[in-house]
Amino acid sequence: MIETQRNAKIKGEEFTTLPKDLYIPPDALEVYLEAFEGPLDLLLYLIRKHNLDILDIPMADLTRQYVVYVEKMRAIKLELAADYLLMSAMLIEIKSRMLLPKPAEIAEEDDPRAELVRRLMEYEAIKLAAQRLDEMPKVGDGISVASAYFEQISLVKPPEVSLDDLTEAWRNVLKRASHFQHHKVGRAELSVREHMSLILRRLQSARMLEFTELFDIAHDGIPKLVVCFLAILELAREGLLRITQQQAFSPIYVQINSDE
Amino acid sequence: MNEASNIRELKNVLEAALLTSHQPLSLDDMLRLFTERMERATLRMLLDELKQDWAERTMELVQVASGYRFQAREKYTTYLMRLHPEKQVKYSRAVMETLAIIAYRQPVTRGDIEEVRGVAVNPNVMRQLQERDWVDVVGQREVPGRPSLYATTKHFLNDFNLRSLDELPPMEVFVPPEA
Repeated sequence: MIETQRNAKIKGEEFTTLPKDLYIPPDALEVYLEAFEGPLDLLLYLIRKHNLDILDIPMADLTRQYVVYVEKMRAIKLELAADYLLMSAMLIEIKSRMLLPKPAEIAEEDDPRAELVRRLMEYEAIKLAAQRLDEMPKVGDGISVASAYFEQISLVKPPEVSLDDLTEAWRNVLKRASHFQHHKVGRAELSVREHMSLILRRLQSARMLEFTELFDIAHDGIPKLVVCFLAILELAREGLLRITQQQAFSPIYVQINSDE
Repeated sequence: MNEASNIRELKNVLEAALLTSHQPLSLDDMLRLFTERMERATLRMLLDELKQDWAERTMELVQVASGYRFQAREKYTTYLMRLHPEKQVKYSRAVMETLAIIAYRQPVTRGDIEEVRGVAVNPNVMRQLQERDWVDVVGQREVPGRPSLYATTKHFLNDFNLRSLDELPPMEVFVPPEA
């Protein structure tokens, strides 16, 4: 299988001059450097380009071409050439080992190129697999996944306030009012409608008030507080107010019903 | 009480759930849709029927690694992609080759990746793959330095429309030039 005389020949032809396509104008070299993913990639390129048999690599040719390339590369982008120089050393080592005469007793010695060939084949397989993966349709790039709209906001609807909660809150207002009770009962005309407007106006500017804030316990007598409460109920009935409570016994909030 | 008694209705519930879900739904997810106990075999049968029901329509019910999802049939891709002309940025060859090594040779360490590619692994490449949730660390190799072992995620399989790694395209072997 291994014909040593093929080292200096490609398909029977003497191989002495550099192939034309190996010459890359120095200005264009950086573009090429970007195109190769490493020394293995460059070697594969050379093998493919020159139609070399990967199972029977002519080491002398390959090494010579490779070194020429790396020398050019080194002149421009030294730090990138480090991985490539390591490969140069490896190629030269393989080449030298092949030149050494084999001792007769070790006829079955492994081909010095075996490891390089294994790595090249492994890399080529991965390179092709990567291209395949890249071409595969992916979600967002070739695959469109159905995603119909589903309104989930209904799951966090505001808690309902029961009448009991409201009554309870009202009792608290009265209870507190009793501490500030005035003994003088005014003759002021108490209008529920007027209080409705008053409350609406306060909420216009405050946007949202705690239920108890709507009552001026310190100054208003019970009749006025009652009127105020009636006004709130009336506003709620007419759908002008929204009354909410996060949970039982927590503060009740009143705000303008802006749904309309 | 039977909230969804007949097969038509059960399939409708599954369909609504699958169409509105942003993630593939697993069998367990779907069993939670129903208050009554359902055999997994029954659920699979319903899904099969649902798939048949949609056979002539624009969406197809497919199974990927984390479950089932509806997706547009391939023939509409050309049209649908026009809605998003800002084409996704292509990953570099380094990223795709690293992904391929992890996908086909997992679990692997950085060292394994470097061995195959012949160059050092750029940390940026690993970051991109991890940010995309295609790759993550599944453990450490018990050698000095305890290097991280990388593997592909379920999300990777979902995104590539695969149920398992077996479905990856087979690796091609280097073909020597004809003699």
